[in-house]
Amino acid sequence: MSNKKAKLLQGNEACVEGALAAGMRFFAGYPITPSTEIAEISSQKLPALDGKFIQMEDELSSMAAIIGGSLAGIKSMTATSGPGFSLMQENLGYATIAEIPCVIVNVQRGGPSTGLPTSPAQGEIMQAKWGTHGDHPAITLYPNSVEEIYNTTITAFNFSEKYRVPVVLLLDEVIAHMREKVTLKDTSEITIIDRKKPTCSAEEYVAYRADDNDNIPSMASFGEGYRYHVTGLVHNETGFPTNDNKVADKLIRRLIDKVENDIDNLSIYEDYKTNDAETVIVSFGSVSRSAKSAVNELRNNGKKVGLFRPITIWPTLEKQILEISKKAKTIYVAEMNLGQYYYEVERIAGKYCNVKKINKVNGELITPNEIISVINGGN
Amino acid sequence: MFQKIEIRLSGSGGQGLILGGIILADAAIDDGLNAIQSQSYGPEARGGASKAEIIISKEDIYYPKVMKCDLLLCLTQKSYDKYIDSLNKSGILIIDECVEIDKNASYKTYKLPIIDTAVNEVGTPMVANIVSLGVIHEVCKMLNEEVLKNSIVKRVPRGTADLNIKAFEKGKSLVKG
Repeated sequence: MSNKKAKLLQGNEACVEGALAAGMRFFAGYPITPSTEIAEISSQKLPALDGKFIQMEDELSSMAAIIGGSLAGIKSMTATSGPGFSLMQENLGYATIAEIPCVIVNVQRGGPSTGLPTSPAQGEIMQAKWGTHGDHPAITLYPNSVEEIYNTTITAFNFSEKYRVPVVLLLDEVIAHMREKVTLKDTSEITIIDRKKPTCSAEEYVAYRADDNDNIPSMASFGEGYRYHVTGLVHNETGFPTNDNKVADKLIRRLIDKVENDIDNLSIYEDYKTNDAETVIVSFGSVSRSAKSAVNELRNNGKKVGLFRPITIWPTLEKQILEISKKAKTIYVAEMNLGQYYYEVERIAGKYCNVKKINKVNGELITPNEIISVINGGN
Repeated sequence: MFQKIEIRLSGSGGQGLILGGIILADAAIDDGLNAIQSQSYGPEARGGASKAEIIISKEDIYYPKVMKCDLLLCLTQKSYDKYIDSLNKSGILIIDECVEIDKNASYKTYKLPIIDTAVNEVGTPMVANIVSLGVIHEVCKMLNEEVLKNSIVKRVPRGTADLNIKAFEKGKSLVKG
């Protein structure tokens, strides 16, 4: 790591830098604490890159705008917090069924409703998956440092482009607002994935005919001469609505399969000293930093403790959690809610080991000592 | 040389303490160390007690918040009352002369006319943050002075570099006496 390139960056700033490096050239949003800097910095940086920034009247339209931007072939993003994320859910479902790549950043704060505007919380783990109605795939990523926000934002764009799904990037207020030492990759070190474009002529193009190998259709940009229909209704391969049960079944299964069948390529996580661990802490985002401190301190006192940190929150990392559950005696799921990811872990690991909760919902980050005292107390 | 130092800068909103914290963290990184800067938001960010937190370390920093600080700066009575309990018993306390403190405390205390120096010797209360950095530097000598000055010049509003460097020097001389 050359120290020359190391600099002090804020989490929200790193998110914009990552998005721009990934090729984001359209941002639509409605500012809300603690995500505001993402909109602010996007508005400052996009014009110089021939990009567009638009402040919309609310979050419903922000989500609609980035769907439009992406359909026109421009990588698009919005950023919000809990209250705005709730308003985005309907159009997020639209992007899911219409298979429109885009990135939605949710810098979480205390909820429900307007909740605790300036305090951290991790209350949208389940909403990131099930906030929009209907059966659907979801890809959700959750970084835990300013540098990782940069890298993970790029990954979020890559996944959205590759699978043609809206990708949710969950951030914590703690990391979004703090400034930290980062060393950003050169553009030459970054892999960029762009959506699959049609190789046939406009006349031959069938917009929602997926390739057999990956279940993903190629995507023409509006304005390129390829005409097709986009709808939130269940549709056939041409994109026009249908009530045909067979078509509906095939579509919903394909939407989920294109993501779930490729889980190995979507699984990003940190495995820290879990090999010989009798106790494993599962946590993500800012809490995982407290957990890592706790692991180091407990190890210094001779306790065999490890940390499993999912960066990919959805789809669930079943294989990795199952493997840990067969080695560990107890898993503690530490999160700033009263138990959300816990139920995923319990479902997978509960058969093989104890699964317990460490929770906090007062608007403060869980501290290393709080984790240590629970583990030492054996509760 | 220290392994890790946790610093809390406190005062009232508008005294530039968050910028002061950013400058310290920025300089620490340019000096080859690790650093994290965080701040409090919300109602207290305007007028009330405001704080900036900085952790500087030779090693990786995981938990990003300051718990017990090693150095506490208080520019107002209100911020002293609110944060004094967060200072380590063996910590360093730097306060403006307007702050009344518990005389029996064990902290190594520097009570200095920081705000007065900013107003009357540099010419504006807005540089109280940089006068404070001068004081902190002279007390701790934890960062290379040239690196710290570079960070000040880099981060303060354009056209105010000379004014702020003057404020930094005035802060240093407050400690030297």
